[in-house]
Amino acid sequence: MDTDLNSQDRKDLDKFIKFFALKTVQVIVQARLGEKICTRSSSSPTGSDWFNLAIKDIPEVTHEAKKALAGQLPAVGRSMCVEISLKTSEGDSMELEIWCLEMNEKCDKEIKVSYTVYNRLSLLLKSLLAITRVTPAYRLSRKQCHEYVILYRIYFGEVQLSGLGEGFQTVRVGTVGTPLGTITLSCAYRINLAFMSTRTSGEDNAAAYPSVEDSQEVCTTSFSTSPPSQLSSSRLSYQPAALGVGSADLGYPVVFAGGLNAAHPHQLMVPGKEGGVPPVPNQPAHGTQADHDRMVTCTPLDGSHYSAVTPSSSEETETVSNSSEGKSGSPHDLLETIFVRKVGAFVNKPINQVTMASLDIPFAMFAPKNIALEDNDPMVNAPDSPDIESPLQGSLHSEGSSGSSSANVHDDFVMVDFKPAFSKDDIIPMDLGTFYREFQNPPQLSSLSIDIGAQSMAEDLDSLPEKLAVHEKNVKEFDAFVETLQ
Amino acid sequence: MNCRSEVLEVSVEGRQIEEAVLAVLHTILLHRSTGKFHYKKEGTYSIGTVGTQDIDCDFIDFTYVRVTSEELDRALRKAVGEFKDALRSSGSEGLGQISLEFYQKKSRWPFSDECIPWEVWTLKVNVVSLANEQERQICREKVGEKLCEKIINVVEVMNRHEYLPKMPTQSEVDNVFETGLRDVQPYLYKISYQITDSLGSSVTTTMRRLIKDTLAL
Repeated sequence: MDTDLNSQDRKDLDKFIKFFALKTVQVIVQARLGEKICTRSSSSPTGSDWFNLAIKDIPEVTHEAKKALAGQLPAVGRSMCVEISLKTSEGDSMELEIWCLEMNEKCDKEIKVSYTVYNRLSLLLKSLLAITRVTPAYRLSRKQCHEYVILYRIYFGEVQLSGLGEGFQTVRVGTVGTPLGTITLSCAYRINLAFMSTRTSGEDNAAAYPSVEDSQEVCTTSFSTSPPSQLSSSRLSYQPAALGVGSADLGYPVVFAGGLNAAHPHQLMVPGKEGGVPPVPNQPAHGTQADHDRMVTCTPLDGSHYSAVTPSSSEETETVSNSSEGKSGSPHDLLETIFVRKVGAFVNKPINQVTMASLDIPFAMFAPKNIALEDNDPMVNAPDSPDIESPLQGSLHSEGSSGSSSANVHDDFVMVDFKPAFSKDDIIPMDLGTFYREFQNPPQLSSLSIDIGAQSMAEDLDSLPEKLAVHEKNVKEFDAFVETLQ
Repeated sequence: MNCRSEVLEVSVEGRQIEEAVLAVLHTILLHRSTGKFHYKKEGTYSIGTVGTQDIDCDFIDFTYVRVTSEELDRALRKAVGEFKDALRSSGSEGLGQISLEFYQKKSRWPFSDECIPWEVWTLKVNVVSLANEQERQICREKVGEKLCEKIINVVEVMNRHEYLPKMPTQSEVDNVFETGLRDVQPYLYKISYQITDSLGSSVTTTMRRLIKDTLAL
């Protein structure tokens, strides 16, 4: 109860604070729409521009702000907060900023309401316009697209900063003293943009982001700041663009380097519409497995099995691999390349190809969708091949036996049907088809056969101590060489 | 009254000079501009509306807000352009400073009006030269972050609510505000700059010394 303030001033002050709160929300939300804002100056006063600033009123935002305020005004212990959060297309969300309009008890009784307070509130709004472009969430919001959207939520009451993660930073926009208290406008923003998807990780991530129930609660009261054209696309299920890039994207939006300092928040960009995909870090095996399950449905393979594959064989598969994303030795690459080797060129399987091609994923040809068909085709699977779990071993065995059984295999084919392109049967005795069939299954390279491989492994291990001794002797030379490189 | 002085410093690459300086100056002028005054009878006045627009920088990862006024933008760009040319011509790496001074005019008839500054913002610009594209990319981001800090500094000073000239009567308005623009009304301001040559001494002081020495003979 303030007896020094006359009723007109009190009414004016309440009105100023109310409209200031509404304009504050408009400025913040419009700054996170992802578009550049431009309003015109007008030399003649229109009478409807509060604080002499041209700030448009988005009706939906005003409606939500009024709903949150519910006829009250920011007062001591009752702050108006605008929460800005990010939500990925997979449903993961993260709070980015909390903007707080607070009132404290420090009163300035001398100040003139209709003049000084009004002008200072106008100045504070200009500061807010400047500061909203300066926090990290601004650049994120400018790049929002179908992969993530920026949402806002308005609430009234106590400020909740726990969702911002550890080490969040605060920037004060400004303060205005009034006879009823001092209005303070500030922003607390997250710097640690690390959070993991619920799909791939377990309980250690519970602290990093709100539980599923919480985020759902946020979502129901949240409103996207995306322009309508982007809104609809953001609700579609994620469409992988290409095999290599797509799987990188699937992993990336939810994996950020944790604990980065405020100096580089901008670098933690989700791959958006601008800029390329940042370099993909080495994905953990289970992460890649999850990606793989999404991209290509097939019998799940135990990633750990491939760690037993000998180094030489994994190198070979990498060179044959079609996806050159540098994920060497990952189960995904290995699986893909196995099928490259199995499905040879010129294999006459039109039906299979048609069904594969109709799928909307690249390299669908090599997807093991119709394993039954491939299993029945002796051109692909030599007889007696073991089951899929160790396809590398299987192919080794089949290569080994192909020399002796090749005649039998080939006799199952009717030559007339097999007509490779550009070949003529009658002119040249050795035509393309015959040539191809003869040399289709060449004997396996001796260095790749497991027996010999095992032997050489043993020899390698034995020679290791000698090699180490030699290297130790030459340590100085190596060091000098390294120096020249730096 | 004492003139308030604020100094900011940035290190930029040559092609970033203009955008960095414009970003800071426009942010200051955003806070130091009002709508056009329309005086009515009995000494009251109404104020026009100030529009704002976002400007993306081309050579810096940064966006700033400026007042929507082509005339004001043109005036600033002209001054900043001259500063940039002077800075670039002083060598590939250089140091210069550009000052934005807000002043009031005091008429001392029959003498000329006296200009009394009440706030001076000085932006020291250090020009660096970079070797390759990778360094330039890092510079884009780093300068963007630095400018964010500068904007926060500017806003912090603005919200201290320290001395501002009193709102003038109609006859005095030209002593406080720049009334020549069509759509907005900033406080009276002037922009000046100084280039420091590689020897560390400013060009103006060198010239002054030369003239003094000549006159002393």
